[in-house]
Parts: sequence; C-alpha cells; structure tokens
Amino acid sequence: MNKLKMMPEWLIMVVFAAAILTMPIWMSPLGAAYPDLLQKFAIFGVFAIGYNILFGLTGYLSFGHAAFLGVGSYTAVWSFKLLTMNVLPAIFFSVLFAGVFAAIIGFISLRRSGIYFSILTLAFAQMSYNLAYSVLTPITNGETGLQLERDDPRIFDTAVTEGLPTTELFGLSMSGYSGFYVCAAFLIIAFYVSLRIFRSPFGLKLRAIKSNQTRMRYTGYSTRPYLLTAFVISGMYAGLAGSLMAVTDPLAGAERMQWTASGEVVLMTILGGVGTLIGPLLGVGIIKYFENIFSAINETVLHGFFDFLPSWLQEFMVFITSPFVGEGWHLTLGILFMLIVAFLPGGIMEGIDKIKSKFSKSSGQSDDSTTEAVREGA
Amino acid sequence: MSNTVLEVKNVLKTFGGLKALNDLNLTVKEGTVHAIIGPNGAGKSTMLNVCIGQLTPDTGSVTFNGEMITGKKPFEINQAGISRVFQTPAIFEDLTILQNVMVPALASRDGDFTFNAFKSLQKENDLEEEAMKFLQEVSLEDQAHNLAGSMSRGNKRRLELAMCLIQHPKLLLLDEPTAGMARHDTNRTIDTLKKIKEGGMTKIIIEHDMHVVFSIADRISVLAQGTIIAEGTPDEIRGNPKVQEAYLGGAHL
Repeated sequence: MNKLKMMPEWLIMVVFAAAILTMPIWMSPLGAAYPDLLQKFAIFGVFAIGYNILFGLTGYLSFGHAAFLGVGSYTAVWSFKLLTMNVLPAIFFSVLFAGVFAAIIGFISLRRSGIYFSILTLAFAQMSYNLAYSVLTPITNGETGLQLERDDPRIFDTAVTEGLPTTELFGLSMSGYSGFYVCAAFLIIAFYVSLRIFRSPFGLKLRAIKSNQTRMRYTGYSTRPYLLTAFVISGMYAGLAGSLMAVTDPLAGAERMQWTASGEVVLMTILGGVGTLIGPLLGVGIIKYFENIFSAINETVLHGFFDFLPSWLQEFMVFITSPFVGEGWHLTLGILFMLIVAFLPGGIMEGIDKIKSKFSKSSGQSDDSTTEAVREGA
Repeated sequence: MSNTVLEVKNVLKTFGGLKALNDLNLTVKEGTVHAIIGPNGAGKSTMLNVCIGQLTPDTGSVTFNGEMITGKKPFEINQAGISRVFQTPAIFEDLTILQNVMVPALASRDGDFTFNAFKSLQKENDLEEEAMKFLQEVSLEDQAHNLAGSMSRGNKRRLELAMCLIQHPKLLLLDEPTAGMARHDTNRTIDTLKKIKEGGMTKIIIEHDMHVVFSIADRISVLAQGTIIAEGTPDEIRGNPKVQEAYLGGAHL
C-alpha cells in the first residue's frame, strides 16, 4: 500500500525482462546455458507463477495442476496435427481448453477447503492421468503418447514430403534458442499478468480470503467465485506451460499428468516462497538446476574438483560428497527442502528478506519495509 | 425514530435438546442503540448469529427493513446493510491494518463479486483516503502499514470496528465490543460509539459492562433462557425487579 516503498511496475518489468532475456549469458558460468534447459526454466516458470496465483494468494493447495499441464500439451499437439504447425493457435487452444477443464474441476473441488480440497484435486488429476492411459487412447494415444505424423491433416499447412514437420512461428523454427526466446516472451507476459493481479483489488481480496475466509463472507463477499476465478487462471497458466512444452518438443504423454508433476510445482513454489512474485521462479531455477546440472556430476568430476587436496583426503572428500550428487541429487534437494521448510517457512524469499532487514537495521533504518514487501509480494 | 429496522419474530433455535432461542421477539427502531443484556448462555450471541445468517432458525423469521433475510447467505445479508463486530476479533491477520479496512470498503463499493484483476490498488486513492479517515476514528492511523496480526487484542477489536464502520451499515451488530479491554481502551471505544451514534446508525450491542450499556444505550432488552424477559429504557430496566432477579442475582444496580 505504501507507494513510496513499492517498486513501480515498469521498473520491475524492465529488470525482469532483462534478467530473463539475458539468461543465455549469465547462466553460462553456471553451466546451464543450453537452450533445452533454458526452455525448461521458462516453461516451468510459467507453470509455477500460475500455480502461485492460486496457492500463494488464496492458500488453496491444489495437488492436481499437472492435469491442466497435460490438457495443454495434448491440445497443442492436436492443434499441430489438425490445424497448423504454427504455435499461436496451439497455445491459444491449450489455454482455452485448460481453462474450461479447470473451471469444471474447480467448480467441484472448491466445494471443500483445506485437505479435502487437496485430495479432490489430486483425485481428479489421477483420474485424468489414468483416463489418458486407458479409455481415452483414441485422443491421447495411450502409453506411446501423442505424436506428430507425416500424414496428419494440418489443414492450413502445405503437405510435407519427407520427415516430420517442425513447430514454427511464422517460419521461425521453435528449436534451440528461438524456442527459448518464445518461451521467455510468454514467461514475461505471464509474469506481468501475475504482477497486475498481485497488485489489484482482486489480488487483495484473494489474500484476504486466505487470511480469513469467514470474515470475508460476513464482509459481503461471495468467496467461491473468487476462488474459482483464481483456480481457472492458474489452470490456464498450467495449460500455457503445457502447450509450450509441446511447442519445444511436439509430443504429449500421460506421465505429464501424474501426481509427481503436480507435486513438483508445489515444491518449487514452497522452496522459493509462497505468495511472493519472484519466489516460485527461484524455486523453479533451483529444482531444474539440480535436476539437470547437479545430477550430471559424477565421481570423475568430483575428483577434478578436489584435485588440489592430497590424494587420501581427495578420496575421502569424494567418498563423502558423491552420494549427494549424480543420481543422489534428490537427496541434496530433499535436505535443502527440509532445511528451508524448517527454518524459513516463507522460502528463499524469506531468507532474502531477513538478510535485507539485517542490513537495513545496521544502517539504522526501520525494518517494516521488508515485512511489507513480503505482504505486497514485491 | 419510528421505522423498524430489524424485526425478529417468534424465532426458535435448538441445539440438540437445548432451546437456545425460545420464541424470541425483538424489534429494533431506526437510529437507536439497542443493548441486549443477559446472563451467560442466555442466547445473545446465537441471536446475532441468526441475524447475520450464520445460523438458520428452526422456526420464525428475521426481517430487515421490511425484507425477509432468514435463509439468506451471510454475504447477501452484509450487502443488504448489516455488519457485525465479533466477540473474538475477526480480522485479516496477515494483511496490513490499512488493507484490513480497504477490503470491506471494496465490498461496499464493488459488491459481492468483481473481477478487477487489472486495476491497480495504488490508483485507489479515494478508497485509501477514506480508509485512513476511519483508522483515525479508532486512532490506528499511525500503524496503518503494520501487520494487523501483530496488534494487541484491544487494537484488533478497534480495527474490526473500523472495518464495519467503513461499510456504512444500516445496522451494526456489536458483540461485546469492549470485552477484555483495559479501562482506557473501553472509554475510547465508548467515545467512538457515541460519535457514530450521532450519525444516526442503528446499533445492536451485546455487552456485559453495565457502564458501557448505560452510557450509550437508548433501549435495553434483557434476554434470559432464549427469550426476552424485559424491555425498556435504561431507567426502566434499572428499576425492574424481574431483571435484577434473573440477571443480577438480586444485586442492586
């Protein structure tokens, strides 16, 4: 609320867009500057930002958002098969279908709150997953997953003569860095929409629902439409993320809908900081970095890393650290997650705020600006 | 002073075998401060719960400004013009004090559902100004940007009062607004209530503190075992032997 302390929107957007678009540069010292991983950062960023609109603002913990991700992917691939390889219609229909699907699931699930809501969403997502595997095979192509074929109708495109067509945006192929930049553009748009929602009366009302829903009812609000709107918006974000997955790699499998995928976005959001604007993105960065980079570290790399030590100590250090890298990356991530939840329930963003307030205290300023920043989600 | 704002008619509410409200009748006139007193368990809070739609009566009806509100949802009743201060402060602990007051103001302005997700809160200057004005009323304006949850109980109660007042309700229900407050805070709350009394807002107040009751009430109803046993002006109630028997255990006021 305090205007002086809040960063203006345009400044946030400029900094954010610059940070995202220069990722290929500043990620390279971290060994993460290859298009495939950068695309994942951007796509899961969209997913987590959207998830945070529901979980972060209303406090409703959905365990079924992977279903919308899956719907998005299937819709996109069908658009590539039936209409055109241009990505825009695919993205449009994915968001639309995911939104409709979210409206149906949300309408039923939101009759309950707390743990019952979580269980209902989980049940729906698992149902979708199993349906995609079995009865819906004509639509989803079951276990094999939905793929492109050369003789797909694609009514707006000219027929391909050899190989498979590739996804494109008005002639620009969606592989490699161009794919990343398209995902990044959508991430920036998604972030902007989320920023607006966070700072709108609507966002304030959602946070008030999270804080005290009973009070909201006696304050003249019909809370369920608010919750359903937030649910549908976050479902549409998931649909967008799902379609971007298909854009960068045009196939869709049922495993995208599995509960582990839903759980992953919950972890990302909590790790980074629930209800903050940037937090979920930090969570995405860390988890995807671990999954792709940390997991690739093997004993040889470790030996190289501890090369400067005497050989017996080197052996020892490799012995100690090797369970935590490579295939053991889950272990490290698990420990990190445990520590964060135990000591920083507000995620990494809370840690950053604590450090900030320490600094501002030592320079003789009051620290309410930081608590406020958390509240503003800025 | 003539129009009836709230009319509770023959309301019966049972919990299991207990008759919490037993054929309750109450009429509240426009512009009055109507105090409800009575021993613990007399059904005072249950009566308010029925009025705001938290509970539905088994039989009987509640009419507000001529409109039947029995069976309506709490948010509809609030939108119709009834706000309530709860016995335990019901505020948004995770929001700032200013935001706490802005949320009800938005409800009065925008109705029960508005999708204004692209409007900026920072541009709601009028609303913020009004919120600050109401915070001044309860002397919380200095802390406007602090988290509401960090306040003392007395301050939370005063904040809740501001949250209700900013809605300009036609009828304000106050459930023990000074319970658990220090004397100093109680007096400040009485001052605030007196000030808004001049504004002509109709109020129902449940209160145990007779000092508060006799300093602000125009009419008093005495509730015992779910029914009204006496009603009248403060002076009439003070001298009523039946009241002294039921409520004050024979002690003299």
